[in-house]
Amino acid sequence: MPHRLEIFYRDSGLDTRGGALAGRLGCLGAAAGLEAVYLSEVYTLEADYARAELEAVAALLANPVVHDCLIDEPRRLPVFAWAVEVGFLPGVTDNVAHTAAETIADAWNRPATPEGGVYSSRVYYLAGRLDETAARTLAGQLANPLIQRITVLSAAAYAAAGGLPTVIPRVRLDAGPMVTGVDLELSPAELAALGREGVLDHLDDAGRPVRRGPLALELDCLRAIAAYFREIEGRNPTDVELESIAQTWSEHCKHTIFAAAIGDVADGLYHRYIKGATREIRRRRGAGDICVSVFVDNAGAIVFDDDYLITDKVETHNSPSALDPFGGAITGIVGVNRDAMGFGLGAKPVLNRYGFCFADPRDDEPLFRSPGRENRTLSPRQIMDGVIEGVRVGGNCSGIPTTQGFMYFHPRFKGKPLVFVGTLGFIPRETAGRPSHEKAAMPGDLVVMTGGRVGLDGIHGATFSSEALTAGSPATAVQIGDPITQKKMSDCLVKEARDRCLYRSITDNGAGGLSCSVAEMARECGGCEVELDRVPTKYPGMAPWQIWISESQERMTLAVPPEKWDELRDLLASRGVEATAIGRFTAAGRCRVLWEGRPVMDMELDFLHHGLPARHLLIREPAAAPPPVELDPTMPPVDLLPALLGRLNLASQAFVSTQYDYEVQGGTVVKPLAGHNGIDNFATVIRPRLDSARGVAVTQALYPTYTELDPYAMAAATIDTAVRRLLAAGCPLEHIALLDNFCWCSSTDPERLWQLKECARACYDTAVAFGAPFISGKDSMFNDFSGFDADGRPVRISVPPTLLISGLGVVPDVVRVRPPGFQREEDEIFLCGPPAAEELGGAEGFELLKERCLGRGAGTVPRVDSARLLPFYRRMETLLADGRLRSILPLATGGLAAALGLAVMADGCGARVCLTGKVAPGIELLTETMGRFLVSVAPAEAAAVMAEIGSEFAVRLGMVTGDARLAVESAAGDIVADHAVVELLAAYRATFAGY
Amino acid sequence: MSIPLVLVLTGYGINCEEETAFAFERCGARARVMHVNDLIAAPRRLAEYQVLVFPGGFSYGDDTGSGNALANKLGHALGGELQAFVAADRLVLGICNGFQVLVNLGLLPGFAVRADGNPGARAGARLVALIPNARPRYECRWVRVAPAAECPCVFLRGMEPFAVPVAHGEGRFYAPPEVHARLAAERGIALRYCDAAGVLAGGRFPANPNGSLDDIAGITDSTGRVLGLMPHPERALLASHTPDWPRCRALSPGRWDDPGPGRQLFVNAVTYFTGG
Repeated sequence: MPHRLEIFYRDSGLDTRGGALAGRLGCLGAAAGLEAVYLSEVYTLEADYARAELEAVAALLANPVVHDCLIDEPRRLPVFAWAVEVGFLPGVTDNVAHTAAETIADAWNRPATPEGGVYSSRVYYLAGRLDETAARTLAGQLANPLIQRITVLSAAAYAAAGGLPTVIPRVRLDAGPMVTGVDLELSPAELAALGREGVLDHLDDAGRPVRRGPLALELDCLRAIAAYFREIEGRNPTDVELESIAQTWSEHCKHTIFAAAIGDVADGLYHRYIKGATREIRRRRGAGDICVSVFVDNAGAIVFDDDYLITDKVETHNSPSALDPFGGAITGIVGVNRDAMGFGLGAKPVLNRYGFCFADPRDDEPLFRSPGRENRTLSPRQIMDGVIEGVRVGGNCSGIPTTQGFMYFHPRFKGKPLVFVGTLGFIPRETAGRPSHEKAAMPGDLVVMTGGRVGLDGIHGATFSSEALTAGSPATAVQIGDPITQKKMSDCLVKEARDRCLYRSITDNGAGGLSCSVAEMARECGGCEVELDRVPTKYPGMAPWQIWISESQERMTLAVPPEKWDELRDLLASRGVEATAIGRFTAAGRCRVLWEGRPVMDMELDFLHHGLPARHLLIREPAAAPPPVELDPTMPPVDLLPALLGRLNLASQAFVSTQYDYEVQGGTVVKPLAGHNGIDNFATVIRPRLDSARGVAVTQALYPTYTELDPYAMAAATIDTAVRRLLAAGCPLEHIALLDNFCWCSSTDPERLWQLKECARACYDTAVAFGAPFISGKDSMFNDFSGFDADGRPVRISVPPTLLISGLGVVPDVVRVRPPGFQREEDEIFLCGPPAAEELGGAEGFELLKERCLGRGAGTVPRVDSARLLPFYRRMETLLADGRLRSILPLATGGLAAALGLAVMADGCGARVCLTGKVAPGIELLTETMGRFLVSVAPAEAAAVMAEIGSEFAVRLGMVTGDARLAVESAAGDIVADHAVVELLAAYRATFAGY
Repeated sequence: MSIPLVLVLTGYGINCEEETAFAFERCGARARVMHVNDLIAAPRRLAEYQVLVFPGGFSYGDDTGSGNALANKLGHALGGELQAFVAADRLVLGICNGFQVLVNLGLLPGFAVRADGNPGARAGARLVALIPNARPRYECRWVRVAPAAECPCVFLRGMEPFAVPVAHGEGRFYAPPEVHARLAAERGIALRYCDAAGVLAGGRFPANPNGSLDDIAGITDSTGRVLGLMPHPERALLASHTPDWPRCRALSPGRWDDPGPGRQLFVNAVTYFTGG
């Protein structure tokens, strides 16, 4: 008989989680009548233990100082109305249960429950006047039905049944057809169905076909596959082969749109504009080239110093995060950590960063994936909370500082959020005399899988993220990460095994799982042969194709020389990490996969990697020109500054950054929050070497509201902002590199593709002009949602096409860094850069004016004249290197108004400034004209600094004051804004105060 | 006396071992990072060291309670060796998750055994707990802590209130009233959260970041040689660690490796052996 241990705080007053939860449910508007929430943790043990054994287990899992533990008996709370239990569905990663089982095993020196498992769940006892509908609504906020089960019992039913029922979420798989040949000689309609919905698995009881999930293969691809197997192999492909090709050819893995010929760009956007920019910059640099490994590995790498390289990679995890925000985000962050570990011979992750694009979390208008109010999507608030938490657990548990990040809000992120996650890695330039960024499997090396085990989680993740979200999006595409399993593996690989030369090559198991990682490494030597039945699985009954493409987390694939295998296996075992040799690398030119000795995949590597039919994408420039700007007032509203600083896109996001450990590893210099008052920093700096003054600065930039107006200008502005922020953080222009993440929508639409091309073209022009190479990137092309509103009307929501530019640069000595805020009374304030232009298109402040009906139209997006800016930037670089500035803050979203607000709020100094009058005051305050910095300088230095920058690029705005007020005058002498700093801070902090 | 050897444990999600070892080395010790399983495989090696450090981290992901699973593992495999180490004239430091491990191991509060037995007569009993923050979320922020007056703790000798970061989700110190009273009476309270002026936080957020009873940020045993604390002194070793670094450099010159506010704690540990 299974047993149930229920653990809770003896003094419920000590458990503040219930109160916080009640508060959060109140924010979600679901809690009318809810008075209190009491929590219990439950461990369900499948094995039949004696009472004494159960008491021993209870002593291990409960803390006698604060907890009580009930064994097989219901909790007797004096007051509650409903009991809600949330546990995991079968097969979903249950980290708490895993630790509990290990703890029991440690104590008893034997496996916890040889006959079965340990499962964790949580009970919420809801007190208050709640009817069943209310209770079920609340329960719906406590769990995600895609991965969790919910049991709801009234107090009466709970009492009658003697508590909640015991549930054992053990995976039970019916052994389905193991290997199937798939006939591709089908009608176009049948073939299209195969590509869209997947291989036919079986017929259900009613005789309807049940398919395995999307292959995301278009007709031309399926025809190429059919032709290959007909003509070269003389047979039909197996299901394993077809699934494997689908993974390898997916948009997610091969970036088919970025690689394809498009419009007049025959060599494709990626080759021409992204790699092309880097190629050109490296050529011009010659011996001064900072790039070491770009576009060829899991991450890109630049020189840090004589001894080390710094690597960087930014990923997106949009689709999984829409379905399961926590799981999507945590697998995103721990997944991109593996990109660092999988760089070269293995880099140590040293910094995490994030970027979240959400809809307004206060928007509670429901959306549905199916008609008839079925299949409701998660609300923006639920998505936001889950994503924040996922990155928190993933990053904090992995011991990687999360110093940099942002949230950005726009209504069009309601169908699908964007979740960017990035990781910097640190690796010696040489390991045991070999360059660390080079690696190659050799024929005869063992294929070794290490880390976690394989389960059904994450099947079809790669092909699924290449499609729009619909009702049929597979639940198995979501999964939960286990950061501790990965941390153990990471420590052992990059801190021990790498330096002992125990493997020759390494890569991450991400999209496509083994099918991609092994086949990718096989290119290094020319083939592989894998015995799939050796792969350790989480539970029995998985079919070969599932094992091969599963994206179960925290796994790396290694190429291990046979003579090193025993040593590596023993080392990993001594660190609590599993490793299994599952095959060999070969030089046969083929990817062979065996199941119980019989081949289930046997095809040419060349076709697998290069058989994808070439495409030529059409583009079309949209005809309509955006309407011009019309502004009502010559003067902005009196509350412009507080209103602007309280907007979602400018308000303090400290509640997110302080949930992330930004100090671990002991090298953080510029933190996520600046100044006494903790304003958000847009660039942060770490010292990855504990014994060195040298730093790495990171930043991010995006302007999604610019894209529809001018995609070229959008990309140029984004790159300019990233470069400028790194410059202000203390990086020389020569030591800056960029990463691109394109998150587009409807990428079969020629007009969207025209925007994409314009954006890529600007990437080339701007990056080359500034000499900042791209070193890595990733794209996500179908961020579209198709569903229904509450009245059953079809709704299609596409994200605004978004380019995220992530920048990194080296700071030669962290003594260079300067604060963003004003520091000392009487310091002089300068606005450096080109004069304000009438460029309100897409500006945050213009949105505010439009919402207040003070403006109309679209307007012009800021343009970047990089040739003109470059010499000015070099002068700024020199001033920073010489320590001549007291503070520096690059202007971006919110323009001068936001910059002034941030500069006074950071440390509470006041300022009195006068606008230049070149444009109307409202425009001067809100335009987002690029290339500008707000700086302050000690009075004695002011004249000299001004002279060095040159009057073309510097204008004196005013002076820092000691009265803790920000006063802004127009050139005509009118008061445009006058606020106490505390008033601005209150507005800045109010927006997310309850979060 | 000679340069102390410091053993810094790692494994199972511990993640502050490198910077903690660096802090000791920077202050004149020799530090070695060792995997928990390597120590379990050869427990007698513990006796070679003068200082044992349980660094910060997320052992076992905090599952089943922070520090619980690792304490269980260490207690079963090394309980005797750890008791012997503490009984010898050695130092033990637990930072953040390491503090949570020490209280779950029962090495802290480490009251002297009394004739009447209670509380804390039995070595290894858990008497205090570090529970989820009163504001139940992970908090990473800089705070100030004040060493308790007349505290015998070796690590805190001569230290004034200092700035130091905390980063934890379960750092709320709790002790039942009788244990708290004894802790106070026997000078076991080592560090308390305070405000910028050095005045005790009085339980108020954010000066007291987690709602700890009596503003307690760290405790020591009856000998003063075992210290557990939630804040991370190794992250306050150097001037460039402090959040004021960019402001200070705007106003005056300085070097990245000038002493930081937490450095003295490591110097004290080294000086205990070198006699400095």
